Order: sequence, then C-alpha cells, then structure tokens
Amino acid sequence: MSGRKRTTSTSSGGAMDTSSLAPTGSKSSSKPRAGASAAATTQASMSPAHLGSVEDRRDAGKRAMQEIRSRVVLEADRVENAASIDFPANFPEEAAELAWDFGKFAAGFRIERIETDPDDPMAVTFDMVGVDAAIANAFRRILIAEVPTMAIETVFFTNNTSIIHDEALAHRLGLVPIRADPRYFETRDTPDTQATDRNTLVFTLDVKCTKNPHASPNATDDTEKYINSRVLSSDIVWVPKGDQEAQFQDAPIAPVHDDILIAKLRPGQAVACEMHCIKSIGRDHAKFSPVGTASYRLLPEIILTRPVTGDDAYLLQKCFSPGTIGVRNENGVPTAYVIDARRDTCSREIFRHERLASAVKMRRVRDHFLFSIESTGALPPGDLLFESVLKLKSKCELILAHLNNATSSVDTTA
Amino acid sequence: MDRQQPQTGMYYICGSANCRARNELKQRDAIKCTACGYRIMYKERTRRMVQFQAR
Repeated sequence: MSGRKRTTSTSSGGAMDTSSLAPTGSKSSSKPRAGASAAATTQASMSPAHLGSVEDRRDAGKRAMQEIRSRVVLEADRVENAASIDFPANFPEEAAELAWDFGKFAAGFRIERIETDPDDPMAVTFDMVGVDAAIANAFRRILIAEVPTMAIETVFFTNNTSIIHDEALAHRLGLVPIRADPRYFETRDTPDTQATDRNTLVFTLDVKCTKNPHASPNATDDTEKYINSRVLSSDIVWVPKGDQEAQFQDAPIAPVHDDILIAKLRPGQAVACEMHCIKSIGRDHAKFSPVGTASYRLLPEIILTRPVTGDDAYLLQKCFSPGTIGVRNENGVPTAYVIDARRDTCSREIFRHERLASAVKMRRVRDHFLFSIESTGALPPGDLLFESVLKLKSKCELILAHLNNATSSVDTTA
Repeated sequence: MDRQQPQTGMYYICGSANCRARNELKQRDAIKCTACGYRIMYKERTRRMVQFQAR
C-alpha cells in the first residue's frame, strides 16, 4: 500500500496533476467549481510522467508550481503550501509576469454569490475572489474592530433597587445594540468634550415593578403575578435632542432588539436612569463592534483521482459533510462524485481510511474567500463591508502621505 | 435629650420579603412596620444621581 502511495506522490508533478489541474486551467483566476467537472476527470492519465519528454517534464513542473501558488493542500497530518508566496521579488525570473498590476487585479477580482439568510437579513455570505489573504483578513479585522457604531457609554442612575448592582447593570446596558446610523455622528474626542446633538444620543429607562391585582391566585409565572417584572430593551426610550428628531423621523432611534432582558424586578423594586450613547470602534470596547462576527474560509476543492465504486463510494460519502459527495449509478455500479465541495468542513476524515486516502485529493483555493458577515443591526452588512473598504483606503492614504513626507525630507537633507 | 425633634421622620423599607412597605419613622417611634409588624427596617437608596461607565 505504502509503496503504491509513494509512486503516486513522486509522480505527482505528472499523472495526478494532469487530472487535478485540468478543470482549473493555468490562470489562477479561472474558477474551479470542483463539481461534476472535477469528478469527470477521475480517470487520471496513467502514463508515468518520469518517462515523458523534456517538454512534458517542464510542463509538469510548471503545473506543480501553479498548484503551489494557487492551492493550499490538505494532507492527512499537515497542510501544505499554507504560506502566501505572493510578494514582490519572490520569483526573480518571473518578476515581470507576477508583478502586481491593477489591470490584472481588477480583471481577476470579483464578489459573487451574495446570499442573505432568509431568517436574518442582517447576516450575509458572499465569495471574495482574487485577493491575497492579507487583504481579505484586513477587511475582516477592520469589520470587527474599526468600523464605528453607537453604544451606551455613560449611565446616570437616579434609582436602582433591583438585585443587579449599578455597575453590572450599566455594563449590561452598554452591550445593547442601538439602531442608529453611525455615519451621521461624530466621535467625542475626549470625555471632556461638550456633548452635542451630533455626538451624543440620550436614552432614559424608568421601570417600576408592582403586584398585578388581576393575577390569578394560582399564578406562578412572574410575568403574570407582577407588572414590569422584567426590564427589557424595549423599555429604553430615546430622547431626541437638538435636530435629531427631524433627522431621524423616518427611522426613529431605538435598540435593535425589543426583547433583550436587562434585569428582573420584584414588587417595590425599580430602575430609573439616563443613558448617554457615543460613537466609537470595537478596538475601544467590544460593544462598539458592528458585527456579531465577520469571518471567512477558503473554498474547499475535492478531487477524486480514481473512480470510487460500490461500498467504498458510500463510505467516501459518509466521510464528508452532507451534500458534498453524491453516489450515482454509472454502468450499473454505484460511483461516488463530488456534488459541491464548498459544503465540506475539511475534516479530512477520509485520510483515516487507508483504502480510500489515495483516491482523494483535498485542497483549498488560496485566493477564494467564503466570507460571512453578521451585522449586529446598526447598519446592513453590505454597508459595513463598504465602510471597511473606506477605512482601509484611508489607512493607505495615511501611510502614503507619511512615506511621501519621509522621502521628501530625505531628499532635502541629502 | 433636649434636642429638637425632627418635624418629619425618615422613610424606611420593611425588611419582610412579602411586605417591603415604606414606613415613616420618627425619632422615638418603635422600629416596627405599620403594615406587618416586622422589626427589621432598611434604609432607602439615595436619590442622588450616580454615574457609571457602561464598560
């Protein structure tokens, strides 16, 4: 078995890659769907590459290089080609071909398959194709930590006889997401800056719990026995200041969700406070982060290097996430094929089965990111991505200005 | 003990979990809830504003 494996791996520049790279093409921007087309090429060419001509071997070498540049390879115990090698002067001989070029980037870059969760319009997934991991990761990090939102920052208690202490209650209030377009507001530079209608939102909360006189004597539920036994985010009332009322008359400012439990009360207990909301970023405090999370993964690619039939086909199917591998009847034999590789979690369970391990090649497309953005509700996820792009742009402009400064000062001193 | 008596008393909350009535107590009054007779009383919370950072 191991001897056979070795043969396959040593000739990987040839026989195996002829099949695996066939649907991919030579350009990394061409989209490998890793679907039926990949499965159709399971009949790997059996001609041994080491016997080929010089040209054949050179082509095989090129294809191997192409795989290293465009694919992350998942092996049983390790991940190959994980590091990005896409940086200037890494390949001096091909410097001109590989040099970054805006036209080339614009032709290869695309955002596609934008899908919204039908149950939650604030969650969106999309594919970002044709960028380096550094850029995709920059967007992710900016979304989490640097796109601003409004959140409650200061709480002025006039009364709180609930069992939750003032400081804990203030903290809970701070975490309530507020539906207010942060682009309208300014950040307060220092805590001493005068609060105005352009940098502060004011909310009040005034809840008092009493016994419910109409409750049945057998009632056990607190919401039936008492009135206002639960302080919810819907009890938070926005107090418009200045021209805020006119500005937000179409979309009144309020907590995003009405049913967030803030505290529980019993008869005689009360909470009364005023809250001031400011604009800041997730790096300052997580409550300002506009996303529940923003994340991405690389597009999985599953290649069957030989036909898998019979019971093995069903075993293969079970090794992957549901919907990844299908079994269909080919010439009266159940045969496995790849339905949709993007459904796979890349568990690599298949490599635990020695008999099947050699039949499957698992890879991920290095520049194809399956993005997911879950907004907390202040802005729709599309707007958040746009804001993150603007933020990255302003960062680049800042460093460019500094670089220009530095180089010009060097010139004058020289 | 010739000090002037306060005209109005202080308010205290009954300590009984089922009562929590608000009682006005003057200096020489018995410490006893007028509603339920419970003998433990709590001070009311301050009505002064208290500021907290929501962090």
